[in-house]
Amino acid sequence: MKKINSFFLRFFPKKAKKNDPGHERNDFWFAMLFSAPWLIGFLVFSLYPIIQSFIFSFNNVSVTAKGIVQTGTGWANFSSVLTADPDFIEDLQTYLQEMLVYVPVIIVVSLCLALLLNSIKHGKGFFRTLFFLPVIISSGPVITLFIDQGVATFPGAASIDYSTLSQSVPAFFVGLLKTLITNFVVILWFSGIQTLIFLAGLQKLDKSMYEAAKIDGASGWECFWKITLPALNPIIVINVIFTVVIQSTFTLNPLISKISGDMYAVGKGYGYACAEAWIYFLVLLVVLALFVLIFRKKNRKRSYQER
Amino acid sequence: MKKIMLKLQEAAQVSRKWLKTKMFPAIKKAAQKMGFACKKAFVWFITPTNERRAPAATTAIIALLILFGFIYVYPFLYMIAYSFMDENDVVNPLVKFIPTHLVIDNYVAAIKTLNYNKNLWLSLGISFVPSALQCVSCSLIAYALSRFHFPGKKVLVALILLTFIVPAQITMIPTVITLTKIKIIDTLWSYVALAGSGQGLRSAIFILIFYQFFNQIPKSVEESAKIDGANPFVIFFKIGIPTARPAYLLTFLLSFVWYYNETTLTTIYLGNDLTTLVSQLLVFKSTYETLYTGKNINEAVYMAGSLMTILPLVVIYFISQRFFVEGIDKAGITGE
Repeated sequence: MKKINSFFLRFFPKKAKKNDPGHERNDFWFAMLFSAPWLIGFLVFSLYPIIQSFIFSFNNVSVTAKGIVQTGTGWANFSSVLTADPDFIEDLQTYLQEMLVYVPVIIVVSLCLALLLNSIKHGKGFFRTLFFLPVIISSGPVITLFIDQGVATFPGAASIDYSTLSQSVPAFFVGLLKTLITNFVVILWFSGIQTLIFLAGLQKLDKSMYEAAKIDGASGWECFWKITLPALNPIIVINVIFTVVIQSTFTLNPLISKISGDMYAVGKGYGYACAEAWIYFLVLLVVLALFVLIFRKKNRKRSYQER
Repeated sequence: MKKIMLKLQEAAQVSRKWLKTKMFPAIKKAAQKMGFACKKAFVWFITPTNERRAPAATTAIIALLILFGFIYVYPFLYMIAYSFMDENDVVNPLVKFIPTHLVIDNYVAAIKTLNYNKNLWLSLGISFVPSALQCVSCSLIAYALSRFHFPGKKVLVALILLTFIVPAQITMIPTVITLTKIKIIDTLWSYVALAGSGQGLRSAIFILIFYQFFNQIPKSVEESAKIDGANPFVIFFKIGIPTARPAYLLTFLLSFVWYYNETTLTTIYLGNDLTTLVSQLLVFKSTYETLYTGKNINEAVYMAGSLMTILPLVVIYFISQRFFVEGIDKAGITGE
C-alpha cells in the first residue's frame, strides 16, 4: 500500500519550496504539456502514416464506397516497380545523377561565396541580400520555367557539342558534365541558405588562431586548409544533410510528381505508390549516408594526424 | 606721418591677432592631419605583408562577387526584359534584351489568365495560416526540448530528425485517408491540423532553429525567475518568446515562402477549389489557350505571368530580408 501511495505521489509532488529552483519532478509534466501538440501530431500524421504506408506497400489497395479494401500481394508491388516500370527507373537515374552533381557543387560554391563575403569589409550586406534572393523562388515552379526557357545556364550552352568528348570519356561522366552545365545557374540558386550558414560559421571562428598561425609563418592558403576547413567540418556535414534532404523533397522533383500521380492512376493505386515511395526513401537514405561518410572522412584523418 | 604709423601698427596688431586666432590653429590642424596620415602610412608600411591585403586582391574579390551577383540576377533581368516584349520581339533574334517598344498587354493577359485578384488573396491566406501555426507548434516543442530535463529526450530528438528525413510521399497517402475520415480534406483545416501539430512543411528545421535560440537563455535568468515565483508558462512568455524573436521571424518568413511555392501538397490536401497563384502557373498554358482561343502563347506572356506570381514574395523579401539574414546568423545552426 505504501508503495502504491508513493507511486502516485510521484505524479503530484508537493509544492516546491521557494528557495528550491529545481522543480525537477514538475519538469516532466511541463515538458509533456509543451510537447503535447507535436507528440499528438507525430502519432497521427507521421508515425501512423509511416506504418500504414509500409503495410500498404505490400497490399493492393482499392478505395470503394465501403472504405479501403486491402488484398495482400506480398512483394508484387516492389517487383513491378523495379522491373515493369521503365519511367520510375529512368527518373531514379536522373535523380541520382542530379544528386551526384548538385550536392558537391552546391557545397563548394556556397563555401566559396561565404569565404569571399567574409573577406570584404564594405558591401557585405548588399551581396548577402543578392545571394539570398533566389531562396524566394527556388522552391517553386518558376524555376522549372527557367530551366525550360534555357535561362538557367550560360548563354550559348545549348549549342555545346558533346560528341567529341563522349568518344574518349565514358557516357556517365559526359552526362554529369551536361547536367552541370545546363543547370549551372539553378545550382547556384539552390545555395542561398547554405551560404548564409557557412558565413555565420566563418564569423564565429577564433581570430587569434589565425594570428598564431601567421606568426608561425603560415600562408593564407595553408591557413584555409589547416584551420578553416577542419573547423568548418561539422557545418559542412550539416549543409550536406540539409542539401540532400531539401533537394530530395523538392516539390517539382520528377519522382515526387510521379509518385503523387500514380496514387490515382488506373491499375496502380495507393499500394503501388507506397512501394515507390519506400524504394525512393531507401535510395535517399543510401545517398545521404554516402555523402555524410565522404565528408566525415576528412575529420577522421585529421584526428589521426593529431595523435 | 604719425597717423600712418599708428594705422600700420593697428593693421599689424589685427593681422597678428588674425594669425593667432585663425591661421595658426588651422596650420596646427593641418600638420596634425598630415602627421596622422604619415603615421597611418608608417603603420601600414611596417605591418608585415601577409597581414595587409593588397588593394588588387580586394578589387579581385569584389569583381568576383559582382560576377556571381550578375549570374544570380541574370534570370530576373531576363524575365523583366522579356515580359515587356511583343510577339515580334520575342522571335526576333536581333532583339536581345531591350524591347523595341514597351508592351503592357502581356501583364493584362497574365493577370487575367492567373485570375490574379482571387488567387492572390487565396495564396497569401493559404501560406499565412500554416506559417503562423508552425511558429507556435515548433516553438513549443523546441522549448520543451531546450529547457526541461526528462527521460526520452534523446528519443524525441531522433523522432524529429526522422520526420525531417522521411519524404512527404511516404506519409502523404495514409494522411490523406485520415484527413478524409475526419472530413477536413480539401479545406484549409487540413493544413491547420498538420502545421498546428508540428508536422508541416520542414517543421524539423524550424524546431532546430528554435531549439538553438532557447538554448541561449542563461540558466541563471530562468532560475531567478523561478525564485520570484514564475511558472514555466510565464517564463516561456516573458523570457522565451522575447529571446527567440528572430527565430519567430525567420520561421514565419521561410515557412511562408515554402508554403507559397508548394504545389504537390496543395493540390493533394486542399483539393481543386483552393487554388494558388503557383498552381495556376503550372496550368498557365492551357488556361491561356482557353481564354484567348486561336492565340498561341508566347514567352513574353509566360514571363509576365511568372513575374506576377513571385511579385508578392519579392515585395516581402525586400521588406524583410534583414530578418532572414539576422535569423540565420544568430540561429547558431552552425552547431554548438
